[in-house]
Amino acid sequence: MIRPDTGNVIMGQNFSGYRPPARDAFRNFLFVLPAVAIFAVFYIYPFCELFNLSLHQWPGIGPKTFVGLRNFQELLGDKVWWSAMGHAGYITLIALTFQNALAFALALACDREIRLKRFYRLVFFIPPVLSEIVVGILWNWILNSGTQGGQQIGLLNNFIVQTGFPNLVHNWLSDPATALTCIAVVHAWKGFGWGFIMLLAGLQTIDRQLYDAAKVDGAGGWSMFCNITIPMMIPVILLVVILTILGSMQVFVLILSLVNQGLVYHTEVPVTRILASMSGMNQFGYACAQAVIFGVILVAASFTLKAIFNRLRQA
Amino acid sequence: MFRNRYAIESFCKSTALHLFLMAMTVACLFPVFWMLRSSFMSNTTIFVDQSLIPRELNWHNYALAWTRGNFGVYFFNSMVYTVCVVTGIVLVASLAAFAFSRLSFPGRNVLFYIFIAAMMIPLPGSFVPLFVMMNKLHLTNTRFGYILCMINVGLPLSIFLLKTFFDKMPSDLEDAARIDGCNSLQIWWHVAMPLAAPALAVVVIYNALNVWNEYILAALLLNENDLMPLQRGLMVFNGAYQVDYPVLMAGLTITAVPIIGIYLLMQKHIVKGLSSGALVG
Amino acid sequence: MKKIGFLACCAFLAFASFGCGPAKAPANEIEVWHWMTDRQDALEALAGKYEQQTGIKVKLVLFAPSDAYTQKVLAAAQAGVLPDIFGILDKRAIVASFIKEGYVMDLAPAFRADGGAWEKSLSVKAVDNNRFTASNVYQVPAGIYGVPIDVSNVQLIYNRALLKKAGIVRPPATFEDLLKDVDALRRVGISPLVTGFGEMWIVDCFASNYAFNILGEPKIMATFRGEVPYTDPEWVAVFNVFKTLAGRKAFIEGIVTKGNKYAEQDFALERAAFSFDGSWAVNIYKSMNPNLDFGVMPLPAIKPATPMRVWGGAGSSFVVNNRSANRDKAVAFLRWLTAAPQQVYLSAQTNNLPSNCEVNAGVSRILGDFLKAMENATHPAVWELNEDPLVIETFDKGIQAIIIGEKEPEQVARDVQAVKARQMARQKK
Repeated sequence: MIRPDTGNVIMGQNFSGYRPPARDAFRNFLFVLPAVAIFAVFYIYPFCELFNLSLHQWPGIGPKTFVGLRNFQELLGDKVWWSAMGHAGYITLIALTFQNALAFALALACDREIRLKRFYRLVFFIPPVLSEIVVGILWNWILNSGTQGGQQIGLLNNFIVQTGFPNLVHNWLSDPATALTCIAVVHAWKGFGWGFIMLLAGLQTIDRQLYDAAKVDGAGGWSMFCNITIPMMIPVILLVVILTILGSMQVFVLILSLVNQGLVYHTEVPVTRILASMSGMNQFGYACAQAVIFGVILVAASFTLKAIFNRLRQA
Repeated sequence: MFRNRYAIESFCKSTALHLFLMAMTVACLFPVFWMLRSSFMSNTTIFVDQSLIPRELNWHNYALAWTRGNFGVYFFNSMVYTVCVVTGIVLVASLAAFAFSRLSFPGRNVLFYIFIAAMMIPLPGSFVPLFVMMNKLHLTNTRFGYILCMINVGLPLSIFLLKTFFDKMPSDLEDAARIDGCNSLQIWWHVAMPLAAPALAVVVIYNALNVWNEYILAALLLNENDLMPLQRGLMVFNGAYQVDYPVLMAGLTITAVPIIGIYLLMQKHIVKGLSSGALVG
Repeated sequence: MKKIGFLACCAFLAFASFGCGPAKAPANEIEVWHWMTDRQDALEALAGKYEQQTGIKVKLVLFAPSDAYTQKVLAAAQAGVLPDIFGILDKRAIVASFIKEGYVMDLAPAFRADGGAWEKSLSVKAVDNNRFTASNVYQVPAGIYGVPIDVSNVQLIYNRALLKKAGIVRPPATFEDLLKDVDALRRVGISPLVTGFGEMWIVDCFASNYAFNILGEPKIMATFRGEVPYTDPEWVAVFNVFKTLAGRKAFIEGIVTKGNKYAEQDFALERAAFSFDGSWAVNIYKSMNPNLDFGVMPLPAIKPATPMRVWGGAGSSFVVNNRSANRDKAVAFLRWLTAAPQQVYLSAQTNNLPSNCEVNAGVSRILGDFLKAMENATHPAVWELNEDPLVIETFDKGIQAIIIGEKEPEQVARDVQAVKARQMARQKK
C-alpha cells in the first residue's frame, strides 16, 4: 500500500517534460557551455597534465624522465599504499555506520515536535563549521596521554580516573590498537552534522498522513519505522552515503593534526601517502599515479553503489 | 491510573531523549566555548589556568588579531571572494544542471558523468601545471583568476545537487511556461530558479564554507598581501616557530562569526530546501 | 529572485573592477618571498629602515605554512616568475636542481669581494650549508648559493627546576647518567623527555646524533653509498638507543604521535624535564612561560671518546634569483641584512641566533649556550651525500615502531636494509 516515492536520485535518467527538436541541440548546449569551459580549463587540463606526469619520474623541478607504466606497476606492489587504502576504508566504514547512525538518530529525535528543536538544529551543525585548527588543538588535549604532578592531562584519561577506572587509562593516539579508531571517532564527530541536516530534511518530506494511516491500522513504532521511514528515506540515504564515502576516503587534515606524520604506518591513508610521495620524497610522478588509481577506485565504488541502490529501488 | 502511567512513561521518554540531545549539544558546543574562553586569556595562562570562565575579559586579543592579522583587508577580500564565487557557482551550476536535467543535446550523459567523476578524483600535484597555465593566461595574482579557480572547485558537487532537484521539478509548470511563449532561458530564470531557491541555499552554504576556509589555492595563486583571504591572517598566528594561542583563538572566533551567520540565514531554506526535494529527488 | 539578480550584479561588478592584476614591480623595488611567520614583523621593520637609507623598497611577501611556501616556489620556478629573493626549503638534491636549472645566483664572488669581508663576518657552518664544493655528487658548479640570515641548532634542553625536584644536581654527562636521571624523574612522577617524534625529521635528527657518535661520519657516508649495511652491529646499536630509552620510560606518553608544537607546549608548561628541540624554541618557551629556567646541552654521548655532533647550521637562508634584473640590488640588501646592526636587531626581536658571528657576544645567555655547540654542528646539507628519502622514511618509522614496542632493533635494521637494497638496485637500472 505504501509505495515510497523514489524518483531519480543520483544521476537519475528519467526525464520528463518537453524535448526540444534536434536543431535546438546547439542552443541547449550553450547552457552547459560556461560550466564546461571553466571545467575544461581548470580541471580537465590539469588532470591531463596529472595523468601525463604519472607516466614520468620527476622530482618537482628539472627534467622529466618518461618511465611508461612503471609508477603504476610499482604502486600495485606498494604494501604501504594498499594498507593506507584499508585504513581509509576502516574510517569510512565507521563513518558510514556509527556516524550516520548517530546522524539518523539525532535527525529522528529532532524530527518530532520537541522543544528546543531549532536550537538543536543549529548546534549539531557547529562541528562541520569549526576550524580544523580548533579541532586539532582541542582533540589533542582530550586524547593527551601525559601526566603532570600525578594528574592526567588528557580530558578523557582524567575522566576515566575520576570515574574510578584508572586501569583503563590509555595511550589513545600512540597505540596501533586504538589510534585509527580515535581518528575515525573524531572524524565522525566532525562530520555527522552534514548527515544530520540532510536526513532531517528527508524525514520532513515524509507525509505525516502515512504515519496516521499506519497507526489506524495498528502498526507499532518499530514497524512504522521499517515500513514507512526507511523505504521513504532510501534516496536521501544514498546521497548521504556517497557524500560520506567521498569525505571519509579523502580525510587527511584531521590525521595530520592528531598524529602528525603518523604512528609508524598504522595511520596512513591514501592522501597522506600522496603527500608523502610528493613533498616527502619528491616523487611527483608516483604521487600522480597514486592520485589516478585512488580516483579510479572511488569512481568505481560510487558507480557500483549507485547500481546497487537502483536495484534496491526497483525491488 | 492508566493515564497517569502513560504520562510518566512519556515524561521519562522525553527526559531520556533530551538528556541524549543535551549530551550531544555539549559535545558540539564545548569546542566553541573553549575557543571563546581561550580568546580572552594570555599565552602564559591559556593552558595553565584550568578555570572555564576567564577571570577577566581580555578584549585586547581581538584588537591584536584584527590589527596584527591585517584582518581589515583580509576580511574584505574573503567577502569579495565568497560573494563572487558563490554567485558564480549558483549561476553556472544552475544553468548546467538545468540543461542536464531538462534539455537534450548530444553527449549530455557523458558530460554529466565526467562532472560526477571529477568530484572524486583528487588533484594533488596538479598545482604546478595549474599555476603555469594560470600564469600563461595572466591570471595569477589576480582576484579574477582565484575566483575562477574556486568556482571550478565547487562546480561538480553543485551541479550534482541541483540536477537532482531539477529532475524532480513538475513538468506541467514548465509546459505551461512554454505555452506562454517562454524560451528555455526564460524558463530557467523564471520557473526553475525560483522553485530551486531552497536547493540553492544548500549550494550557497556549502560553497561559502568552502571558500571561506580555503587557503592553499590562494597562497599558490596570489602574491599581493592586498589580495589574500582571511585564512592567511590565521596562518600567520599559527606559524611553525611561534603560536600565539589566544590571538589565534580570537582570530578564529572572528572568522567563525560570518560563516555561522550565513548558516543561520540559510538554515531555514536548507531544511525547507531538502524537504522540497532538493536532495530527496 | 531580486536578491539573486542583485547578487549577480555585484558579482559582475566585482569581476570587472578587480579583474586586472597589479602592475609589474618598479625597478627600485626588490621582492622577497619568505615563510617565517615569527620574523615577519622584524623583517618588515628592517625593510622600512632599508628604504629610508637607500631609497630601495623591499617588498616582503609571507607564505605560510611552509608546505604552501614550498609548493609556491616550485610552481613559480616552472612559470618563471620567481621573485628577486626567495628561500628553498627543500632537500639538498632539490636545491641542487634549482641551481642546475639556473634559478639561483652564485654568490661566491660577492662573498669574496673586499678580501672576503662578507664571508668572514658570517658563521662558517651557516655559510657551509649553502656551499657546494668542487666535484659534489649533485654535479653543481662549486659556489655559495645562499645567504644565512640566522643560525640554529637542535639540542637537549633541560628544565632546572624539575631536575632539582628529582634530586639531580647537574645535567647528565653520559648516556648512563641520562638513564639514571630518567629513573629519578620517573620516581617523582615527572615525565623525563618530550620531543616531536610525530615529525619524521626529529626522529631522524635524534638518531643521526647517535649515529655520528657510534659510527662516525665516514661509516655513515659508506652506509649511504651502500657499502655498509644497516644490519651492521653499530647501526643496530643506534636503534637500540631508542629501545633502551623506551624501556626505561624515558619518553613522555604519546611521544611518537606528538607534533613539535605540542612538544614545545609540554616543555613550556613543565610537563617534562628534557626536551629535544631547536634554538628557535627559546622564543616559544619565553612567550608561554617567562619564568621557565632552562639550560641546553648536546645529547649525552654513548661513546664518550667521540664528541657528540648536533644538527645545526643556517637556520634560514635566502637565495637570489639568477634571472632577476635586480640581482645586484638583491645581493646588496642581503649583505645589509646580515651586517651587525641588523643581526643584533633580528636576534633581539625573535630570539634567534645571529648568523653574523661578530655580534655573537651580545646575545642572551641561553642563546650563547646554544651557540657553543655550533663548532660541533653538522647537517645533512653539508654531508657529501644524503640517503634516499624512502630509506629515511623506513628508518624513521622503524624507530617509531621500536619506541612503541612493536619491533625489535634487529628487525628494523633488516627492514631498512631491504628497502635500501631495493632502492640501490632501482638506481642502477
